[in-house]
Parts: sequence; C-alpha cells; structure tokens
Amino acid sequence: MKSIVRKLLVSGALVASSVAFAQADKVVMGVSIPAATHGWAGGVVYWANRTKGELEKQYPGIKVVVKTAGSAAEQANQIQDLQTVNKINTLVILPFESAPLTQPVAQIKSKGVFVTVVDRGLTDAAAQDAYVAGDNPGFGKVAAEFMAKELGGKGDIVILRGIPTVIDNQRVDAFNEVIKSHPGMKVLDAKHGNWNRDDAFKVMQDYLTRFKKIDAVWASDDDMAVGVQKAIEQAKRTDIKLVIGGAGAKGYVKKVMDGDPIVKANVTYSPSMIADAMKLTAEARVKGTSMPATTIIPSILITKENAAKYYFPDSPF
Amino acid sequence: MPPAPTTTAESSRAGDFARVLSRRIHEVGPLIGLVLLGIAGTYLNPDFATVDNILNVLTRTAFIGIIAIGMTFVIISGGIDLSVGSMAALIAGSMILLMNAIAESIASPVLVVVIGIVFALVLGALFGLAHGLLITKGRIEPFIVTLGTLGIFRAYLTYFANGGAITLDNEVSDVYSPVYYSSLLGVPIPIWVFLVTALVGGLVLNRTKYGRYVQAIGSNEQVARYAAVEVDRIKIATYVILGICVGVATVLYVPRLGSASPTTGLLWELEAIASVIVGGTALKGGEGRIAGTVIGAILLSVISNILNLTSIISVYLNAAVQGVVIIIVAFMQRSRR
Repeated sequence: MKSIVRKLLVSGALVASSVAFAQADKVVMGVSIPAATHGWAGGVVYWANRTKGELEKQYPGIKVVVKTAGSAAEQANQIQDLQTVNKINTLVILPFESAPLTQPVAQIKSKGVFVTVVDRGLTDAAAQDAYVAGDNPGFGKVAAEFMAKELGGKGDIVILRGIPTVIDNQRVDAFNEVIKSHPGMKVLDAKHGNWNRDDAFKVMQDYLTRFKKIDAVWASDDDMAVGVQKAIEQAKRTDIKLVIGGAGAKGYVKKVMDGDPIVKANVTYSPSMIADAMKLTAEARVKGTSMPATTIIPSILITKENAAKYYFPDSPF
Repeated sequence: MPPAPTTTAESSRAGDFARVLSRRIHEVGPLIGLVLLGIAGTYLNPDFATVDNILNVLTRTAFIGIIAIGMTFVIISGGIDLSVGSMAALIAGSMILLMNAIAESIASPVLVVVIGIVFALVLGALFGLAHGLLITKGRIEPFIVTLGTLGIFRAYLTYFANGGAITLDNEVSDVYSPVYYSSLLGVPIPIWVFLVTALVGGLVLNRTKYGRYVQAIGSNEQVARYAAVEVDRIKIATYVILGICVGVATVLYVPRLGSASPTTGLLWELEAIASVIVGGTALKGGEGRIAGTVIGAILLSVISNILNLTSIISVYLNAAVQGVVIIIVAFMQRSRR
C-alpha cells in the first residue's frame, strides 16, 4: 500500500515537472464546459469550438482541447483526465456547480496548471488564477431600468425566475432593487419558470388568469420569453406592453432589430464569455504576461439601434 | 360454500357491503382528492373555478395524460417505460426537421402537417416496438432498456438541435398551431383528443380480450403462459400502444411552442408514472384503471396550477407541496392487502 502511494507521489511529481517543462515551449489549454443541455449551454459549446479554431490559427504553438460534461461529477473526472492524459498546463473551466468543483480544480492548480474560471466562481477563490464572468446583478438592473423608463415609472410587473441558484437570486434582487426606487411600479409576483419554455408557458397562463392587468413581463431569459409570448397570444391579452427576456438569443435579438412592438429590448449575458475567457487566457499564457484576477463582462442593453452588433445567426443560441 | 344459517348469511352480507364500500372508497380516493383540491383552490383564489382556468389546466394535462394512458397498459402488464419524456422530445424534434425539409418541395402546408403527424405516430410506434422486442425477445429488464433509450433519445435530440432549439418554419407553424390552440364546441382540441384516448383506452382495457390478457400477464405471467396466452406479443403491443400515445401527445405538443429543445419533455416519465400510480394502478402490475389515471394526471397539474395562482408559500417549497399531496392521495387509495 505504502509503496503504491509512494509510486503515485513520484509519478505525480514527474507529471508536475514535465508540465513545468512543457509550459516553457508550448501551451496546452483544456476547456471544460457543461454539455449542451439547454440553449445557453449550447451557445457556450458553439463559442468554445469556434474560439479553439481561432486561437490555434492565431498562435501556432498552442493546442486547445474542448470537453463537455453532463454533470458536476463527470466534470470533476474530466479535468483529472485532461491533466493526466492530455497533459494540459492551462485550464479554462465553466463549472457545472461551484461547490463540488472547488476541490477538484484546486487539485489541478496545485499541479502547476494555470486555471481560469468562467461564469460561476469557485467557493474558494484561491483555487483559481483568474475569473471571468458575466454581470448578473447588472443583468437584472439594466432590464429594470429600461422597463422603468419605458413604462414612465409606473405599472404592474410579473417576473419569471430561472432555476433556484445564486445567479438567479443576484439577478432578481438587483431587478427588485431598481423597481423599489419607483413608487409607481409594483412586482405582482415572481415564480420559477426554470429557464424552460414549457414551464414558462404554464406560469404565464396562470399569471394571466390571476392578474387582470399586467403592464410588463420580465421573463429574465429568452427561452422563457418564448413561452410567455405564446401564453399571451393564446389569451388574446392586449394590456401587456413589454416583454423582456435576456441573454441575447439570436431569435430575440432579431425581434429587437426588426422593431417588435412588445419585445423592445434585450440584455446580454452572452455564452460568448467563454470565448473572451479563452482569448484572454491564451494571450496571457503565450506572451507570459499576467492576467487580471477578475474580469467582469458587463451586461449591455440591446435596443433597435445596436442590435445588429449582437446578432450571430450561425450560433445555435 | 356450505349452506349457512340465516343469521350468519345476513352478517356476511353486511360484511360484503362493508368490503364493497371500502373498495369503492379506495377507487374514488383520487377523485375525492381532486374534489378537495378544487375546493381548496377556489377558496384560495376564486379565479381557479373559472371556465378559462379549468380549460387551461385540462389542456396542459393532455400531454402527460395521454402518455399516462399508454403507460397504464405497460404498468398493468408488469412493465415500465422511463423513456417517454425523451421519446416525446426526439419525436418532436424529428417531426419538425422533417416538416421543415419537405415544406420547400410540397406546396400545401396542410399536407406537410399531415405528413408530419403520420410520421410522428409511426415513429412512436417503432420506438415502442423496439422497446417491446428488446424486453421480450432480448430478455432485458424494461427498467434497463428504457433507461438506456432515455439517454439515447435525448442525446440524439440534443445532437440534432446542436444544443439549441429546433424551430418550425413560420408558414407551417401558422397552419399547425390551431391543432393546439383552437376549440371545438368551446373545448380545446387537446382536451378532445385526451378524452377520446381515455375512452378508447378504457374500452380496450376492460372490454376486450386483449385488455384481459394484459391484466392476466401482469397478475401472473407464468399462469398466463400456461393458459396459452401469447405473452410476448401482448407485451410488445403494450409498448407499441404507449409509443403511439407518446406520438399523439407530441403531435399536440409541437404546435404549442412550434419548437423542440433539450428541455422538452424533461421528467415527463415521472409525471406519467406518478399519474398512473396515484390513479390506483398497482406498480407491480395486474390491475389498474384508465379513469384513475386520467384523474391522477389532472390532479398533478391542478396542484401546480393552484400554487401558481397563489403566493401563500415560498416558491422554493412548491415541490414539497406536490410531494405531500401525492403521498396523501396515494394513501387514500392504497391497495387492499
């Protein structure tokens, strides 16, 4: 037993030293992301693969390996494999969940791998070298501010929330914060539509049954906005003046671009943040420069004027 | 039975009566649960009892309800199918892709939709046939076969959708959407389909030789085999019936949103199985009722409807309320042991 442990330690040290050696001449970047199980994650996979091609063209010495995982446990195994089999010295990871991946990532980092964490921060910041994320409070704030402006500071709003997570809480809290500063505006209710079209359809149907007058809907996600709009259409209600989704899905950016009377704006929370993270990390690693500890990619309001800039017809999202 | 003195006969008649009564209570347990929920819902929000809301609830129940009717056959025969949600998603995606592809060459959008519908039903039947063959001829446990296809079906949908959504072309979508949204005699189409499926299902289960064979196999497969029942064929047919039911549900589902995505039909299998069991069918097979399944399915969607219409408890506890109600209703109709 003891000898096995010793062997493992020795081989671990060998791996570590070979990694340190490899680092000097060649960057091997592992990219670990959740599998494309919903629209936004599909976008992440698309952007990761697209950026892999771009980076390998731009920096001839670099090698990029993209892996997708179906669960937090699978992802933990996968990054181990990336380190032992693919001999990566740089890891860009969008963790499935923060807590269960903190230890596995810390293990990888302790072996000399440079770690950039994307979107969902680890519970222990020491386990990462750099953090690139979208702006979740901003996501709620920008939507609420646009809504307040558009409704002239008064009106009744219903909210559809995502899956109960820290991300969702941050967004909704920031949204409510802005609405509170407008005494004429009121949030009637906020229920979970789970970032899912079908659930959002049902929740919206029931909102329409329950509230006879709704001025605006914050669907907080473009997939949910699809379900919301179908429910409004079916009920033939005309009191709703505004539906705002979010995350910049191509279908919804197109609606904003074409001047849709109800979908007047969108807020970015682009899956392309994985591309930004990969580019920033690659540049820092190849040139040997340092990378900022935290990079926040702001949530930007998309309106008719700037929509063309955020429209990517090739992306699945 | 030996002839008994009058007094004993009378008391045994009273005993019979009590037994029948208690059996009746078991049978109507889910219905009582539904009525109580309805009263609670109306009390909490008067809008609950409006015609519009009831039609909404019944319409959205139609998908799960129709699948649950097929599932009743499978469970009564002693089987299970975990793949129905993924199957619905894959059928939805495939039929949308097919309709989009042929829309360019076929001028009439109505014909495109008809081809799409036939394709969905055939695909459902084929998936069911594959399950049935693997389970009977391949002698693999239904739990394992359908757990495998659960993953396979959804993975292929995700692959076809490239992780995003598969969306129906607008022109076809306009022709197709009345299948979900329009009404006949003031009742939405999906409710009619649900009703017809339930009636046919009930008829087949209780009034045909096939239905009796299904129950016989579920209650004792060996005995059924000795009685020269073609167990394999009957079993395969239950999976084909379920596959067709999933096809029917998908045909109604697609016009609602006009799209399929990797979240389509997520956890439908559990909702369908829960509807069947809450409705009084034994999970071990042998006996069950279509009417119970229908009530079970409605009950499940009424719970979430009431939760949406009120805000008395934290949204984080929705699933807990559903769990409690399911357990209470299952207790009310618990099987006689």
